Amino acid sequence: MFRRQGDRYVATFAVDEVRVLRKVASEVVGLLTDGFDHTDPVVGRLFPEVYPDDASGTAEFRRYTEGDLKTAKIDQAGAILAALPDEAGGEVRLDAEAAEAWLRALNDARLAMGVRLEIKDGTDLGEELDDAVATDPTSSRVFQLSVYAYLGYLQESLLNALID
Amino acid sequence: MGGMAAPQVAPVQVPDTDEVPASDRPWVTIVWDDPVNLMTYVTWVFQKLFGYSREKAEELMLDVHHKGRAVVSSGARERMEHDASQLHAYGLWATVDRS
Repeated sequence: MFRRQGDRYVATFAVDEVRVLRKVASEVVGLLTDGFDHTDPVVGRLFPEVYPDDASGTAEFRRYTEGDLKTAKIDQAGAILAALPDEAGGEVRLDAEAAEAWLRALNDARLAMGVRLEIKDGTDLGEELDDAVATDPTSSRVFQLSVYAYLGYLQESLLNALID
Repeated sequence: MGGMAAPQVAPVQVPDTDEVPASDRPWVTIVWDDPVNLMTYVTWVFQKLFGYSREKAEELMLDVHHKGRAVVSSGARERMEHDASQLHAYGLWATVDRS
């Protein structure tokens, strides 16, 4: 979890955490490059229709803004990949700019996972996880829900460190 | 002599003062509730992007949370599209509409 040290935002990650963060950040980059598809609900959530009742207005808006937005999202996921230690646990120290990029990138990763996991208003993560464990403790849903919860705690700790 | 034909009176058009031409109405940026974004994060984004005070940003965030949506800025259409694309960069679900 992040804490503030002077003008730096610092966290120590175990090797498993580094692997998970690398994986989710890489998945976001993949989604925005090779896999980019507006009919994918995750892409729909990261690039919302700006005029829900006006397809041509939305298309026009996308023509002018989507390239920059995609680049910004790839860069912020890249900020996570760039700051992580290689193949081991270790410390991450971020300046304010990198901390904000991490914050946005963690949010993108949570949005993507939230769509896939069908997180709804009022979803109780603890209950979801208990249900998933009861069904099959080795399922990918158990892993995904744990990662989603972890990213939420991590994002909140970074936000609190920034606001302090 | 035949009587003079009564002059035809055209029905008087009463201007509807409530109806401002659509092109003159300002536009708004709307943020919609979503189940993933943290409340503290949404508040922080409103402060960051619009320079709103903590109180104002929190009030807007609570409107989004409780009412499902809130108008976060208003003005010219181009400006609203700019705001919406900034909000999208932060992962908020923003749309543009006429006010």
